[in-house]
Amino acid sequence: MALSRLSSRSNGIARPFSAAFNRFISTDTTPITIETSLPFTAHLCDPPSRSVESSSQELLDFFRTMALMRRMEIAADSLYKAKLIRGFCHLYDGQEAVAIGMEAAITKKDAIITAYRDHCIFLGRGGSLHEVFSELMGRQAGCSKGKGGSMHFYKKDSSFYGGHGIVGAQVPLGCGVAFAQKYNKEEAVTFALYGDGAANQGQLFEALNISALWDLPAILVCENNHYGMGTAEWRAAKSPSYYKRGDYVPGLKVDGMDAFAVKQACKFAKDHALEKGPIILEMDTYRYHGHSMSDPGSTYRTRDEISGVRQERDPIERIKKLVLSHDLATEKELKDMEKEIRKEVDDAIAKAKDCPMPEPSELFTNVYVKGFGTESFGPDRKEVKAALP
Amino acid sequence: MAALLGRSCRKLGFLSSGHGARRTVSTETGKSLNLYAAINQALHIALDSDPRSYVFGEDVGFGGVFRCTTGLAERFGKNRVFNTPLCEQGIVGFGIGLAAMGNRAIVEIQFADYIYPAFDQIVNEAAKFRYRSGNQFNCGGLTIRAPYGAVGHGGHYHSQSPEAFFCHVPGIKVVIPRSPREAKGLLLSCIRDPNPVVFFEPKWLYRQAVEEVPEHDYTIPLSEAEVIREGNDITLVGWGAQLTIMEQACLEAEKEGISCELIDLKTLLPWDKETVEASVKKTGRLLISHEAPITGGFGAEISATILERCFLKLEAPVSRVCGLDTPFPLVFEPFYMPTKNKILDAIKTTVNY
Repeated sequence: MALSRLSSRSNGIARPFSAAFNRFISTDTTPITIETSLPFTAHLCDPPSRSVESSSQELLDFFRTMALMRRMEIAADSLYKAKLIRGFCHLYDGQEAVAIGMEAAITKKDAIITAYRDHCIFLGRGGSLHEVFSELMGRQAGCSKGKGGSMHFYKKDSSFYGGHGIVGAQVPLGCGVAFAQKYNKEEAVTFALYGDGAANQGQLFEALNISALWDLPAILVCENNHYGMGTAEWRAAKSPSYYKRGDYVPGLKVDGMDAFAVKQACKFAKDHALEKGPIILEMDTYRYHGHSMSDPGSTYRTRDEISGVRQERDPIERIKKLVLSHDLATEKELKDMEKEIRKEVDDAIAKAKDCPMPEPSELFTNVYVKGFGTESFGPDRKEVKAALP
Repeated sequence: MAALLGRSCRKLGFLSSGHGARRTVSTETGKSLNLYAAINQALHIALDSDPRSYVFGEDVGFGGVFRCTTGLAERFGKNRVFNTPLCEQGIVGFGIGLAAMGNRAIVEIQFADYIYPAFDQIVNEAAKFRYRSGNQFNCGGLTIRAPYGAVGHGGHYHSQSPEAFFCHVPGIKVVIPRSPREAKGLLLSCIRDPNPVVFFEPKWLYRQAVEEVPEHDYTIPLSEAEVIREGNDITLVGWGAQLTIMEQACLEAEKEGISCELIDLKTLLPWDKETVEASVKKTGRLLISHEAPITGGFGAEISATILERCFLKLEAPVSRVCGLDTPFPLVFEPFYMPTKNKILDAIKTTVNY
């Protein structure tokens, strides 16, 4: 069946990528069971099983979306070096499995809130490449209208609460969102993501205590990429077992480079949170780039370490091996898919480059609620005096 | 584009002696250093001269994200120069405790934008310690250093100027240097001052400002403003990186026959009211400029005080050329900033009032 579809594709007729892709996997929902790479380590709870229910469609979907995320981040790297993206840019390549596994386990009613390494999470939540690149380059079509930049992506209709610059500040916010979900009986949960550096912030423990006290459906996810900017985890934390730091709150340690382990853990966490209250997930993951584009990423870790992780634990390679071993596609087809993804990304960048910058009047919008009538001054109260719209 | 213009304005060489400027520090020559190197030298001297002084903060061990603490850990050891985890509130609280035991705690907050978790410790603990303990305890040995101010592409959380929040707190001092030579002397004064001090360093100038800095140990007195350019028609008051912009505006104004007097406040709390008052009584006009948003900025305090003291001598309303009342924007930075042209316009309006 796959073969016949292939031959019709190689006709050389130009087809929109998505249509070709749908044709590829449209009816293949054969269930597949995948074993996670490692067993889960649990704290104050029973770990979920290592066998993850999936399907061929999901497997290919994982590959496709992760390759898209990877390509998007690499393209952002080039754009930054070409000075089309200014300011700060924190790239997620290497950590894609966390974004994709989480999405697979939840719905768009469940909320996600994260820190500044948010491009791929935004994409996972349903954001488009055009919105991503426009926002990165500060254009009007960006998801935050060009006013946020790399660190401030939001998507309200998918319950994606962003995109935060101040380390750790998003976790109490996430617990507040969880409270609202419980109050409104939404049967939904909130995933509050933070890093190993942020794990030492006091406000995290405050939020955790509150969530545990009031049984909020909050899931605190520590994306442990082992470096808080340039500081290795063992130099910043007395106990780098972040999944245990909740003390009275259960925790689970997950191989963050295995998308299926992430999916299983998030599913488990969601069920737990809805029934019993907060839980901590520690995703053992890795970022190939430095902390941000200003950080070469090689002064505090060896190149051998980076290439070692890339060879042994790369999340996309893992999925690729699974796809090939389950005969869902051939090497060539996957390569073609990657080529189409590359083109899709290039097209999105070209489209975003054509997009205009925000109007100068946008400098004053959304400081307060519209129509509040506050005045904003410039020099002498004469030259620039705008009533904030 | 406007962004490029903004940056090139900052690149001009620094305020040189001459132009009838009155210098409070010896004009002996030293090595040509930029701001981060000057601050680094000050820290080396501080740690060398007092064995009970310590430097700590996020990433200071390898030299810091702006290289201000280069070489300190190697020279003085990891027990005196060390990294902390990512917790500003904890870092400052820890520093207060250390200072309370008679040590000099030199705390680095990585960006002034991140100082807010520590705001409670600074305002409620550090500022009031001596007062509420009836002078039994104090944390005078505490100095908090933080890079502040716009840098061209910093966006909301790497460009803020929070000095106004701290100027509202009796019990601490707030100091902002304008150049490498000033920074070294002022920082050494702050570290040795028996009161807790918040020292904001203009991050734009870390590499851009280069000046001859004497190599020996010297201090510049706190709470003394300096007239760095004399004039008769209007007094301009500023601090930090903004002074470069103001000086360019003064030069342009001079071409149109307006003689400007430029004052560097240096210490914002407690500030040198006498110097500014004497100047305004001479010129009759005042213009204040700072990057922070205009409403509630420190310019308001200067304006109100000068009005009280010089009302009958004023020829025009006090002018404030400041950042706009919005969060520090990302792409709109050139519009937000108090640029040379905005200051020039305000000078002319005030003089022709």
